[in-house]
Amino acid sequence: MSDWIRVCALDEIAPQGSRVVASSQGNIAIFRTADDAVFGLHDKCPHKGGPLSQGIVHGETVTCPLHGFKIGLKDGAAVAPDKGCARRFAVKAEGGAVWLQLN
Amino acid sequence: MNARIEAAPLDEHHSGRRPKLVVVGNGMAGIRAVEELLKLAPDLYDITVFGAEPHPNYNRILLSPVLAGEMTIQDIVLNPLQWYADNNIGLYTGKTVTKIDRTARKVIASDGTEEEYDRLLLATGSTPFILPIPGNDLPGVISYRDIKDTDEMIAAAATHKHAVVIGGGLLGLEAANGLKLRGMDVTVVHLMPWLMERQLDKAAADMLKTSLEARGLKFLLEKQTEALIQGESGRVCALRFKDGLEIPADLVVMAAGIRPNTALAESARLYCNRGIVVNDTMQTYDPRIYAVGECVAHRGIAYGLVAPLFEQAKVCANHLANFGIARYSGSVLSTKLKVTGIDLFSAGNFMGGEGTDEIVLNDPAGGVYKKLVLKNDTLVGAVLYGDTADGAWYFQLVKDGQNIHEIRDHLMFGQNHVGDVGHAGKTHAATLPDDAQVCGCNGVCKGDIVKAIKANGLFTLDEVRKHTKASSSCGSCTGLVEQILASTVGGAYTPADTKDKPMCGCTDHSHGVVRQAIRDQHLLTIPETMQYMEWKTPSGCASCRPALNYYLISTWPGEARDDPQSRFINERAHANIQKDGTYSVVPRMWGGLTTPSELRAIADVADKYQVPTVKMTGGARVDLLGIRKEDLPKVWADLGRAGMVSGHAYGKSIRTVKTCVGAEHCRFGTQKSMAMGVKLERMLFGMWSPHKVKLAVSGCPRNCAEAGIKDVGVIGVDAGYELYVAGNGGIKTEVAQFLCKVKTDEEVKEYSGAFLQLYREEGYYLERTCHYVARVGLDHVKAAVVDDPVKRKELYERLLFALQDYEDPWQQAVQQPAVRREYQVIRLEEVTT
Repeated sequence: MSDWIRVCALDEIAPQGSRVVASSQGNIAIFRTADDAVFGLHDKCPHKGGPLSQGIVHGETVTCPLHGFKIGLKDGAAVAPDKGCARRFAVKAEGGAVWLQLN
Repeated sequence: MNARIEAAPLDEHHSGRRPKLVVVGNGMAGIRAVEELLKLAPDLYDITVFGAEPHPNYNRILLSPVLAGEMTIQDIVLNPLQWYADNNIGLYTGKTVTKIDRTARKVIASDGTEEEYDRLLLATGSTPFILPIPGNDLPGVISYRDIKDTDEMIAAAATHKHAVVIGGGLLGLEAANGLKLRGMDVTVVHLMPWLMERQLDKAAADMLKTSLEARGLKFLLEKQTEALIQGESGRVCALRFKDGLEIPADLVVMAAGIRPNTALAESARLYCNRGIVVNDTMQTYDPRIYAVGECVAHRGIAYGLVAPLFEQAKVCANHLANFGIARYSGSVLSTKLKVTGIDLFSAGNFMGGEGTDEIVLNDPAGGVYKKLVLKNDTLVGAVLYGDTADGAWYFQLVKDGQNIHEIRDHLMFGQNHVGDVGHAGKTHAATLPDDAQVCGCNGVCKGDIVKAIKANGLFTLDEVRKHTKASSSCGSCTGLVEQILASTVGGAYTPADTKDKPMCGCTDHSHGVVRQAIRDQHLLTIPETMQYMEWKTPSGCASCRPALNYYLISTWPGEARDDPQSRFINERAHANIQKDGTYSVVPRMWGGLTTPSELRAIADVADKYQVPTVKMTGGARVDLLGIRKEDLPKVWADLGRAGMVSGHAYGKSIRTVKTCVGAEHCRFGTQKSMAMGVKLERMLFGMWSPHKVKLAVSGCPRNCAEAGIKDVGVIGVDAGYELYVAGNGGIKTEVAQFLCKVKTDEEVKEYSGAFLQLYREEGYYLERTCHYVARVGLDHVKAAVVDDPVKRKELYERLLFALQDYEDPWQQAVQQPAVRREYQVIRLEEVTT
């Protein structure tokens, strides 16, 4: 497991919003919920590759902007009856900053 | 028994353990109530279910296709055993509850099994009515109710020849059809002068009879059975009528009606009267005991179709979950016969009677019959034979009691709400082969839909959308999908309630109710609205949040603050997201006019950012496609320097005002349509609306700007302008309706502005003007916009107030760092170790 990398300050992501991080492992969507929890997912919907970072965040779910797939932020899994899973990345909020661990 | 004792709240009584809910009856009504309960309060009860049959809950209404050989028993199981286990529900199958001890609060089964309860739900269903005639207990005489009966019929069909079905109702005909398909010689005996007299009038029933006779079924009407005769083998061999006629019968199916199964309730001295009597909360005379389904008498009616049972289950679950707000007030019934290839639908009071009018279309040769029954400008009933495409619509009109005065002259011709495109012009689902594509957006065939409905036990349009994606994109095929659903599940189908439909799964409130509350309570934020309206989810969903955001900012302009996180990405990023995640940019060109310097700037942008595709949009503006999100602010900065602003080609907002050349150049032009178009587009800049809004101005009635299919269409004539509203050129082409004639440019602005403001204030989110006007009626619009000058001026002023000081969103992104962050990608400094 690699080190925690600082991504940005927490307040540089809007609550119920997201930012895109370009990494050696592709684009990673970092989400911030209304309760300030942060999550990281590969920015690619398991359905047709839509950018999940551009979706609407509600609770701990994001709705893909392309065809409305709902993806759980915690596990990256599509909400039934849809199927599929987006790769997860470890993310934490600490000391006012957001940190990411690459797989 | 007038002093009804309310049961004490559960948690007080039994602190420390979960209260027990026992359900007697493992059928569709009881289990639906449990499912609804689990949705509301998953952990409230320890649940135990008793079922007399040795099966998990199955879809009883699909026994007919099983009999007909079109499906198997496995296909029709709704809740497999695993479902009970997953939800920690104790299940006893093959155990009949024979006693309720109300004092000790326990139920006792025939084998002595006992279960205590805090709440008891009775869903014991019904039993078939067995004719009290000699021989009714002979081998070979059965009813048609459950899997066992179905198996017996299938077995008999393999070894015997002559079948007689007593009863020409829905169930009897489906049984007869199934037995015929299994190779038997089938006669249907019916006491009444025509078939399905409870669902059909004589004309439709006669057409049905002719069509079933063509399939080889025989009918004996107005015949009373006197006795069933035993053959040498001991099995039934014939049937004798009162008039002495005898016909051979190796199998007799009694389908002469059902009786609510009240024996258990009666033995526990619960009040029954043609069913277990319940109030509007589905509670029996014992406040701890609820009842749902065919065993119940509600306001004197016992229902035998599935749709009302589901409504009862939902209400019952609401009370079991201690929510205490739902009421069941009875159901309007609709029926659909599930005989493959026969299209038959009836709803409400189709026989008419005093004070009613009838509209009838009768084409015996074409095999189409339709009767609509009207009373006081509302539709109260309908019978459709041969063409049931509009059944769902008529049923909705009956249920809503909607005033049909305005549409009376074309009511018979149906809603034609199937879209115009995307499904090869097909409007009748029954005739489609399984491989016909129904949903052109998501590539879903009829067979896929039927399969999903059967495999997953789907009953509503929303469920079908979730499972198949059919009709979930553009919605053009919704009418077709509804037909397929109706013909697959028959009587269990309930069309979506269009009037009081909840906004989404996050709330039970409809768009109308939420809008009203925002206005009445002066609600200003989404969390405030959700709290006041008791939202069920903490932060809504992608469907309700954008709607709430729109309602707030349109109701309280200048007070409510726009919430970008509750907008779809296009409106948040002010550009149109494309399938590869890039964006398209459409600069505004007022009235469709541009200049060489604007075009030069656009060309420069296209070169500089290597824009892969440049094209004209449907609204006649230039579209730059394939721009990376990061580049958007830079593109806008360049366009802004040439004086261009956002074209809002991405929003539920004013899109474009299309114009023809008009009197400025055209030799036919009567009005300066370009100038008028520019004025309108400048007036409406920045207008958010329930859905997108498109306008057009033509300079003469040749109408080159195609104003007849726009939300507001303006057509110049010699003496002024004609205004048309609520046109649509999309999924379902709708010709705009004439609103009024005006003289001056200022009047064009005032009248069309007032109309659009009315739509902004009253339209539901994602409702186009054509749907809005269809809902409220053009008379309502005219009363506010044309007939009442005071109201019109107020509407117009409110629109201008809402639009004042609107700033170009593109320049905000260019100039404000906080806004620009939305577009920036974070690049990691990765350290490889």
